[in-house]
Amino acid sequence: MSVSIRLSYTVSSDDFTRAGEASSDVKGKLKKLGFSPDVVRRVAIVMYEGEINMVIHASGGKIEVTITEEEIEMRLMDTGPGIADIDMAMQEGYSTAPDAIRTLGFGAGMGLPNMKKYSDEMEIDTKIGVGTTVRMKVVTK
Amino acid sequence: MTVKEVCDTLNAKVICGQEHMDRDVHTACGSDMLSDVLAFVKDQSVLLTGLCNQQVIRTAEMMDIICIVFVRGKGPDRAMIDLASEQGIVILTTNHRMFSACGLLYEKGLRGGGSD
Repeated sequence: MSVSIRLSYTVSSDDFTRAGEASSDVKGKLKKLGFSPDVVRRVAIVMYEGEINMVIHASGGKIEVTITEEEIEMRLMDTGPGIADIDMAMQEGYSTAPDAIRTLGFGAGMGLPNMKKYSDEMEIDTKIGVGTTVRMKVVTK
Repeated sequence: MTVKEVCDTLNAKVICGQEHMDRDVHTACGSDMLSDVLAFVKDQSVLLTGLCNQQVIRTAEMMDIICIVFVRGKGPDRAMIDLASEQGIVILTTNHRMFSACGLLYEKGLRGGGSD
């Protein structure tokens, strides 16, 4: 049996307080579907970090989630400024977030490293001035 | 340690989640950087923070955190309380500062998890 569920979300950057709603929705759905707490939490963390990144850096974007028994795949697509130096961005503590974001608890330079740490696969496709697509997978077994 | 014991130790006020006061907490984390909280997965944690915004509740939700303690007497707004209630997260507020609040819980045997 290969059932697959597709979900898609639009992430708006107008209201920072609403950031995380998509991740929250996915987390709730995975819980209901009966995935293990570890899988549910890892998906929640990586998607939430990604969602926050889209709000901070890219004026929002779109997220598509595909859920199968074997894996949860997330594609986070934005039309933001792109990532100039991916190697730097992957280092813990490196951040280009504005100071205003730091007062809200983000911008510690842990977003991408956390996403890498908790996902089983991560690919970043980015182009300056065009946008960034991050694809992540969490394997369920 | 139960949430009730955390509350008593910190002389804290319960803002929401009164019905979850007998839940067990195993570890604690004190931070104002939410990505640091997200970087260390622990089970059945308490989060102590001086940061007071909606994303604190979201972060707690993502991490299955049982209880949030706002230090220095900070109080959450209505939207934060509603979200925490919806997610079954207890919110406490204490007048202690971060260092003291963490120290009091440590003295009672609560640890950070990981290498300590």
